[in-house]
Amino acid sequence: MSGIAFWALISHWRRKPLQFATLILGVALATALWTGVQAINAEARASYARAASVLEQNELTQLVPRDGAVIPIATYARLRRDGWAVSPVIEGEYRVGTIRLRLIGIDPLTAPPGTGVSPIGNGKDLVDFISVKGRLIVSPTTARALQGKVDIALNVSDSLPDNAAFADISVADRLLQRKGSVTRLVVSPGRKISAAALSAIDPELQIREAGEQPDVARLTDSFHLNLTAFGFLSFIVGLFIVYAATGLSLEQRRATFRTLRAVGVSLRSLVAMLIFELTLFALASGVIGVVAGYFLATALMPGVASSLRGLYGAAVPGVVTLRPEWWVSGLAIAMIGTAMASANNFLQIWRMPILVAAQAQAWARMSVFALRAQAIVGAALLCLAAILIEVGSGLITGFTVLGCLLLGCALLLPSVLSLVLGLIARRSAEPLTKWFWADTRLQMPGLSMALMALLLALSANIGVGTMVSSFRTTFLGWLDQRLAAELYVTARDETEASRLRQWLPGRVKAVLPIWNVEGQVLGQSLQIFGVADDATYRDEWPVLVGTDNVWEEVTAGRGALINEQLWRGKKLFVGQPLALPNGLNVVIAGVYSDYGNPAGQVIIGIKTLERYFPEVSKLRYGLRVDPMREETVRNLLVHEFGLPATSIVDQAALKRQSRAVFEQTFLVTGALNVLTLAVAGFAMFSSLLTLSAVRLPQLAPVWAMGLRRRDLAIAELARTLALWTATFVAAIPLGLGLAWVLLTIINVEAFGWRLPMQIFPLDWLRLGAIALLAALVSMAIPVWRLATLLPAQLLTVFANER
Amino acid sequence: MNARQILLTIAFLVTAMTSDLFAQGFAGLGSTAEGGFAVPTRGSTLAFPRDHGAHPNYRVEWWYITANLEGADGRTYGVQWTLFRSAFAPGNADGWADPQIWIGHAAITTVDRHYVAEKLGRGGTGQAGVELAPFEAWIDDWSMKQSLDERGDPLSQIDLNASGKEFRYQLTLSARTPLVLQGDKGYSVKSAKGQASYYYSQPFYEVRGSLSISGKAVQVSGKAWLDREWSSQPLADDQTGWDWFSLHLPSGDKIMAFRLRDDASGFVSANWITADGETRPLTRDDITIEPLQFAKVEGRDIPVVWRIHVPGQQLDITTKPLNEQAWMKTSTPYWEGPITFSGSATGVGYLEMTGY
Repeated sequence: MSGIAFWALISHWRRKPLQFATLILGVALATALWTGVQAINAEARASYARAASVLEQNELTQLVPRDGAVIPIATYARLRRDGWAVSPVIEGEYRVGTIRLRLIGIDPLTAPPGTGVSPIGNGKDLVDFISVKGRLIVSPTTARALQGKVDIALNVSDSLPDNAAFADISVADRLLQRKGSVTRLVVSPGRKISAAALSAIDPELQIREAGEQPDVARLTDSFHLNLTAFGFLSFIVGLFIVYAATGLSLEQRRATFRTLRAVGVSLRSLVAMLIFELTLFALASGVIGVVAGYFLATALMPGVASSLRGLYGAAVPGVVTLRPEWWVSGLAIAMIGTAMASANNFLQIWRMPILVAAQAQAWARMSVFALRAQAIVGAALLCLAAILIEVGSGLITGFTVLGCLLLGCALLLPSVLSLVLGLIARRSAEPLTKWFWADTRLQMPGLSMALMALLLALSANIGVGTMVSSFRTTFLGWLDQRLAAELYVTARDETEASRLRQWLPGRVKAVLPIWNVEGQVLGQSLQIFGVADDATYRDEWPVLVGTDNVWEEVTAGRGALINEQLWRGKKLFVGQPLALPNGLNVVIAGVYSDYGNPAGQVIIGIKTLERYFPEVSKLRYGLRVDPMREETVRNLLVHEFGLPATSIVDQAALKRQSRAVFEQTFLVTGALNVLTLAVAGFAMFSSLLTLSAVRLPQLAPVWAMGLRRRDLAIAELARTLALWTATFVAAIPLGLGLAWVLLTIINVEAFGWRLPMQIFPLDWLRLGAIALLAALVSMAIPVWRLATLLPAQLLTVFANER
Repeated sequence: MNARQILLTIAFLVTAMTSDLFAQGFAGLGSTAEGGFAVPTRGSTLAFPRDHGAHPNYRVEWWYITANLEGADGRTYGVQWTLFRSAFAPGNADGWADPQIWIGHAAITTVDRHYVAEKLGRGGTGQAGVELAPFEAWIDDWSMKQSLDERGDPLSQIDLNASGKEFRYQLTLSARTPLVLQGDKGYSVKSAKGQASYYYSQPFYEVRGSLSISGKAVQVSGKAWLDREWSSQPLADDQTGWDWFSLHLPSGDKIMAFRLRDDASGFVSANWITADGETRPLTRDDITIEPLQFAKVEGRDIPVVWRIHVPGQQLDITTKPLNEQAWMKTSTPYWEGPITFSGSATGVGYLEMTGY
C-alpha cells in the first residue's frame, strides 16, 4: 500500500463532499439509533437487576409459601431451631397519602451479608434502625416525597430504587399489620437446601432458587424487545444508505482504479487501501454515532422511565450514564454494518478485469436473476409469517412474524414495482410516455434499496400509529367506564375511615369501597378487590365475558371476576373454580378488561372480602354524587368532615393522570418513529443523489433528441413521485398487517390484553404528506442539478468514453 | 454502591451494633439506668427456679458456661457456651416488636487452635430465649437445657450443645452442690460507686460428653462453671473492662475473682467458695491480682500470665493459658480461654479479659 496511491484514492472525497457526508452520516445515524436504543435498554435492565438484588435479594435462594399467603412466625422459629440459616423478610405495599411504597422489612441480625441496607454510618445507626421506633431507608427522591408525611425518621441511600423503603422487620410488621407472619425467607449463601428436608418441616414452603429473573425484568422484556426492534429497523435502513454511498464511490472511482492498476498497484494492495479507507470512515462515523446515540438516549430516557413506571411500576432512573461497553459495541456495530453493506461492492472490484471499460451503473444494475431470487426469498418469508401466525405463540414468535412480514414485503417490493412498471410501459402508446416508464423501470434496481427502506419506515409508522391510536381510543373509553365514581377519597387511618363510613350515607348517592388485599392466587401474588352491590358496577364495569348474572354471583360470594390479563395468562374459563387465599373458594363468573396493569387481579364481593380477609385496609372509597353537587360534597368533606383536600381526588383529575401516563408511554415510540422516517428520508436522498450523478449517459440521448432540460427535470420529479406513491400505497396494507400483529399477537403476549383494531386514514394522510415533503426535499438537489446542467456537460457524454 | 460494598458495610454494621449492645455490658453504660430499666437492689432475695429465667426489665443478662475438659485422646480442651440478652427497652412484646436481642457465643480451645462461633437473634419469635419449665436457654440450634430426669433444681443437670463451622459439642453437666450466690446474697457490687448486678454461679459441675473438631469426635470429661448475671448498669462510667477468673482448686474449693479496670487502681472483688458451697467474700485487701506477662494477640497486648495471691488462705499461684491466642473474634471481641495454675496449688480454671 503506497501513500501516494492512497492519497489519489482518497482525493475522490474532496471532490464529492456531499457523497462523503452521506456515507459518514449514514453510518453515524444507524449507529446512533442502535446504540441509543441499546443504551436505554441497558440502563433499564441494570436498574431492574439492581432493584432485584437490593429489593428481592434474587441472588439468594429463598423459601416462599405455596399458594395462600404467608409464613407463620413459628415456622421461622422452627427452621432456625433446626439449624437452617434463614432470615425473614416482610414485604408489602405501604401507602403514605398518595405514595405507594414497596416496604421491605429485613432482620439485620440474621440477614446474610450482602442483603441490603447500606446508608447507615455506624453501629448507633443500626441500633436506631432495629430499635422500637425504627428507620425507613429510602432513595433521595422518595425521601423528598415522604418528608413530613411519616413519623419515622428517614435515612437516604442511593442504592435503593424510588418508591421502595427498607425497614427493620419489626417496623414493617407494624406498618403492614402483619402480626408476625413473614413474606419469605432468605437462605444464607452456600447453604444447601434439600426439598425433602424442607417439606418434612413445612410442606407449605417451597424453594425459589437463586438467580431467577426479576419479575419486573420479565414483564418489561416485551417493551425492550420493542425498542430493540425499532433500533434494528433503523440500523437496517442506515445500512441501505451506506450501501448506496460506497457503491457509488466505487463506481465513480473505477477510472481511478484502472489507472492505479495500470501504473502497477496490485489488486490486493488496491483492495487493502479501500478497506483501510472504509474502516477509517466507519470508525469516525461510529464515534459520531455513539456520541449521538448517547444524546438520543439521554433525551428519550425520561420518557422511557415514566413509561416503565406507568406500565409496569418499574422504577428506572431517567438518566443515562455513558458506559465503556457502548463504545465497543457502537464501534463494532458501525464496522460490521459498513462491512456488510459494502462487501458486495468490494467483491465486484475484486472480480473486475484489469483493463475492462467501466460500465455505467454496473454497481446499481441488479440482474434479473438477483431480482427474482430476492422476490423468492421475500415470498418465502411471507409464507413463513403466515405459518407462524397459525401455529406459533409467544412474544418471540410475534416479533418473528413482524420481521418476516416487513422483510418479506420489502424484498418483494422491487420485483412487484418492476412488474407493474413493465406492464404500464407496454400499454402506453406515446413514445415519450413509454420512455418515461421504461426509464423508471431501469432506475428501479438503483433505487430499490432506498424504496425498501422507505417502505419499512412508512409501514412501521402506519403500523405503530394504528396500534397507538387504537389503544388510545379503547383506553379512553375504558377509563370512562372504569372511573365511574365522581369523587375518590382516602382516609388517613381506620378511625377516620370508620367516621367516613358513618358520615357519608345520606350525603352522597352511593359509597363504593375500594378495598384490596394482596394474596397468592395460582402461584402469583396479585390484588384481590372487593366490590359493593351497586348499580354503578352493573351499568358501567367493562365486562368482556361472563355469566348472565355475574354481579349477583359476585355479591353472593360464590363468584369472582378476574381481569383479562389473568384470564389470558393462565388460560382460565368462566365457570372454572378458583382457590383464593384463606381457604376462600369461588367460581370465575366473568372477565373484565384492565388496561395499564401488568398483573392479574381478582374481584369478589365486599362482604366476602371482609369475612375472609378481616385485616383488609378500609381507607379508600369512590363516591357517587350528583354531578351538580360534586363541588358541594367536596366542600362538605373538607370543611364539615375535616378531610384534607389532598385526600380527595375527582374523576376528571384521575382521568387526566391516567391519560398522562398513557401519552408518556407512547412518547418514545413516537420519537423513534420520527427518527426512523428521517433515516429513510435520508436514504432516499442519498440514493437519488447517487442516481442523478450516474444517469447522465441515459439522459443525454433523450436531451439530444430534443427534450428540454426543464422537461427532463420534470420527468425526473414525476418519476420519483410515482415511485414514492407506489411505495406509500404498498406501505398501507403492510402497515395495517403490522398493526394487526402488534395488537393481536404482541400486545396479548406482552401486556396480557387484546385491543380492537381501529383504522385512522387521516393519520395516513398526515404521514403521507410528511413523507412526500421528505421525498421532495430529497429530490431538490438532484433535480436542480439536472435543470441547470450545462449543455456542454450533456454533450461530453457523447465525446466521452462513457 | 455495589454488592461487595454493601456486604462490607453490613458486616461492619452488625459488628458495630453488637459492640454497642455489648458496650452496655462491658463498659460505658451510664451510672443510672435510663429508659425505664430496673436496677438491682441490695437485700432482694433470689428465688429459683424463677431467676434461672430471663429478666426482661433489666438491660443485660447472661447464661455463661465454661468447661475445663480432658479428652480420651489425652489432650486438654476448653469449652465455652454463652447466651447474652440485651434489651432496647424493658419488657417483652409479641412477635417482631419484642425489644430483646439475643446473642450466642460458643468456643472450643485446644493447645493450638481456638474455634469460635456467634449467633444473633431476636426475642418474641421463638428463635432465641429462655423457658423455665422445663428449663431451656437457646438460640437457633444451640441450647442449654435441663436433663429430663432431674427432679431438684432444674440446673443441677443440664445438656449443652453448640456448633460452629468446624466444631460441635454435646455435653452433660451435673452438680450435687447447691447454687452459689455471689456478693451479698447474689447482689454483686461492681464499682466503688455502687454499680451492681445480680450474680449467682454453679461452679461444681462435673462434665461428660463429646466434642467434634473438623469431623473428628473425641469423648471428654472434666469440670464446668456456670455464671448467671443480670443488671442494667453493671459498670461505672470510667471502667474500661475486666479480668475475670474462675479457678478449680485441688481441694474442691473454688475461687471466683475479678478485677475491673479504670483510670485509677481499679476495683477488685473475689469469692472463696469451699467444697461444700460456703462462700467467703474477699475484698481488695484479701487478694492481689496482677499481670506478669503479656502476649501479642490480634495486634493487642494481652496479659496472659497472672499472679493471684490470697495471703489469708496461703494461696500464691501463677496462671498460664492453654492457648494464649484464645481470642473471641465475635462482634465484640474479647479474650476467653482455659488456664492452668501452679505455685502453692495446681489446677485448672477459666480466664476472661474484656476491653483490651
